[in-house]
Amino acid sequence: MAEIRVENLRKSFDQFAAVERSNFTVPDGSFFAMLGPSGCGKTTTLRMIAGLELPTAGQVLLDGEDVTFRRAAARDIAFVFQLFALYPHMNVAANIGFPLKCQGMRRQEIRERVAETARLLRIEHLLSSKVSKLSGGDRQRVALGRAMVRRPKAFLMDEPLGALDAEFRHLMCSELRDLHDRINATTIYVTHDQLEAMSMADTIAVMNGGRIEQIGSPQEIYDRPASMFVADFIGSPPMNFLKFESGLRAGERSVSFRDLTLAVPEVREERAPGPLVLGVRPEHIRFSNSAPVRGRVFGAEYLGTTQIVTVDTAYGRVAARLPSSLSVQIGESVGLSFRSERLALFDAASGSAIRTANFGDAGHG
Amino acid sequence: MADVILRNISKRFGSVEAVRDLCLAISDGEFVVLLGPSAAGKTTTLRLITGLEQPDAGSILIGGREVTHDPPGVRDIAFVFQQYSLYPHLTVYDNLAFPLRSPARRVPEPLIKKRVEQTAELLHISGKLKNPATRLSGGEMQRVAIGRALVRDPAIYLMDEPLSSLDAKLRAELRLELKRIQLEFGATILYVTHDQVEAMTMASRIGVIRDGRLLQLGSPREIYENPADSYVASRIGAPPINFLPARLVPEVALPVGTEMLGIRTEHVQIGRRNGGRLVGRVHRVEHLGEQNHVHLEYKGNMLVTLADPHQPLDAGEDVELHLLHPLYFDAAGRRIPATMR
Repeated sequence: MAEIRVENLRKSFDQFAAVERSNFTVPDGSFFAMLGPSGCGKTTTLRMIAGLELPTAGQVLLDGEDVTFRRAAARDIAFVFQLFALYPHMNVAANIGFPLKCQGMRRQEIRERVAETARLLRIEHLLSSKVSKLSGGDRQRVALGRAMVRRPKAFLMDEPLGALDAEFRHLMCSELRDLHDRINATTIYVTHDQLEAMSMADTIAVMNGGRIEQIGSPQEIYDRPASMFVADFIGSPPMNFLKFESGLRAGERSVSFRDLTLAVPEVREERAPGPLVLGVRPEHIRFSNSAPVRGRVFGAEYLGTTQIVTVDTAYGRVAARLPSSLSVQIGESVGLSFRSERLALFDAASGSAIRTANFGDAGHG
Repeated sequence: MADVILRNISKRFGSVEAVRDLCLAISDGEFVVLLGPSAAGKTTTLRLITGLEQPDAGSILIGGREVTHDPPGVRDIAFVFQQYSLYPHLTVYDNLAFPLRSPARRVPEPLIKKRVEQTAELLHISGKLKNPATRLSGGEMQRVAIGRALVRDPAIYLMDEPLSSLDAKLRAELRLELKRIQLEFGATILYVTHDQVEAMTMASRIGVIRDGRLLQLGSPREIYENPADSYVASRIGAPPINFLPARLVPEVALPVGTEMLGIRTEHVQIGRRNGGRLVGRVHRVEHLGEQNHVHLEYKGNMLVTLADPHQPLDAGEDVELHLLHPLYFDAAGRRIPATMR
C-alpha cells in the first residue's frame, strides 16, 4: 500500500484551467474523498493520479516516487469507474480473475487469489454465476473484485455508486467502508454526493472551479466550513445564509444584525463596515416566542424523527430542523432563536469564512 | 376537483399480477402518495385510472361517476410524467396554453390568457412566458410540465415520479412548491414514487404498495409510528428501522407470538456500561454532520443508532443498549399490538 502526494498539480485545456495548483497528501491506508459539483476538476485530478491524463504542471508522487509521467499501467493503481463494464460472456470468477490472466499468472494461483478476493467481498456464493443475472449491487462488488485482485498500491474510484438509487447507495457506502477497514488500501474516491463523502471518508477535499476550497475530516468541514460554497454543499438541508451589513471588531461577542444585536462566537478579526452573511445550520434553530428574529411558517416536512420547517423571514427563507413532536401550523408566526456558539460569519463578497472563536483555524485550501 | 374511488381493482399481464384487489378512496383535495419499489404496481394503477389500461376486475369512480370503461379523453384527468416532454418549438406560454386550445375544449383566448398567467404566477415562472421551452433550466421545465397539468381544472392530477430526474437540491425545492401549490389550489393528487422522503414530506396519506398489493394506507405519522407489518416498517425511516430476533432480548416482557422486534434508530439509546445485560460493541461511527450514525454489533446483529456529533465514541468500545418503544412482529412479519404496561 502507498501514500499518494500531489504537488502543485495543474491542468489546462486550452484557455480553461480544469485544475489549479492542487496540493494534498493521502496517507497510507487512508480513505480520501474529492467532493464537488460536476466540472469542479475532481475527475481530472483523479485521472492525472491514475496516469490517464498528463498534467500541465506539478507532480504526482506514489510512496515518495515521482510517477507524473509514468504510463498508467506502470503505476500499480486500480481504477473503478461509475459505469462498470463486466464481460457478459464470462462468469463472476472469470471476470474477477481476468486481470491476472492477462498478466500470465498460473491458473492455480489465479484461483486462490479470486477465492480470497471473493471472501473479502463476501460474494463467494456468486463465483460461478453469470454476470448478466446479478443485481446492481453485486455487479458493483464484482467490479471492485476485479480491481482488488491485482493487490494494487491504491484504489481510485470515480463515482462508483452513482448509478444506484439513493437508499441502496447509502447501504453500499457502509459496505465499502467496511471493506476498506478490512484491507486498508489507500483510496481516493470522487463523488458529487456529500452524503457518500461524509459517510465514508477520513478526509474530504471540497473542490469548486478547479480549486480545493477546504480539506478536513467530515466533522471539521461540517462544523467549520471555510467558505459559503463549502457550507452550502455539505449538509441537507444546507446551511441558511442571512445577509446583513456591519463592521466587525476583534474580541466582540455579538454583531449588529440589521436592527437587532445577535450573540456570535468571539470575532477574531477587524472588518470595515460591509456586506456580511450569517450562517446558521438548520439544527441550530429553535422556535422561541421571545426571539427577536420573526417569521411566518411556509411549510413543514415530516421526516419521522425530525421535521424540516421552512420559515419566511425579513432576512430570507430559513429552514429549521425540529423534533417532529412539535406541532406547527402553516402560516403561523414564530420567533427563531439561534444556538449562538455554532453560528458562522462570512464575507458576502468573497464568500470566505470570517475568523471567530469557532472558525479560528478553518483551513483555506 | 372530485374524489376518486378504486374498488377491488385487479390487473394481470400474462403471468404477472401487477395489481391485486386494490381498494383506494381519494377524497377531494387530498394528496395521496403511492410508495413502493419498481414493479410494485404503482404506474399500472395510474394507467388504470387514466384509462390507458383496462382492469380485469373492479371498478373506478371519479366524482361519483363510474368511468371503468370510459375512454381516457372523457375522464377529466391530468397526467404529469417523470420526463417532462414540452413542445420544443413553442414558447412557455404556448406550452401552458396547449391543453386549453384542444379542439375538444374550445376555451376562449382571453380565458386561456387568464389561466396561463395565473398558473405561471403560482409556479414562479411569470418572467419566462415568452422564452422558448428549450431555454429553461431543468427545474423550470418541470414546473412548466406541472403547469401544463394545472391550467386545466381536472377531477384529479396523476403524477408519476415527476421529480426523480432532477438533482437533489431542486427536488427539495420543488417538493415544498408542489405541496404549497396543492394546498392553494385545493388540488386532488395521486402521486407515485419510490422515494420515501417525497412520500413523507408531501402526502396527506401514504399508501405503501408491494407486489401489486396495498399493504397500508395512512398519514405519514401513522405509517412511521404505527406500521402494519415489518415490510412497511422497513420501507419508511432513514436510516432504516433495526430488527432484532426476540430470543436475543430475553429480559423484556414480550407479547405472545413475538418473533422479531423493530426498534427505530432514535429509540436505541446507548450509555456507559452499568450492569445492564444488553451490551453492544461500537463497530463504526459515521459522521454525517448534524448527527452521527453509530453502527453497533449486538450478538451478531448490526444495529444503527443516532448520536450527538460531538459525543466521544470509538470503534471497539462496549456500550449498554436501551431499547425504547419497540414494535413487535410475529413470524409472518405482522405487527402484534403492544400489551398494556
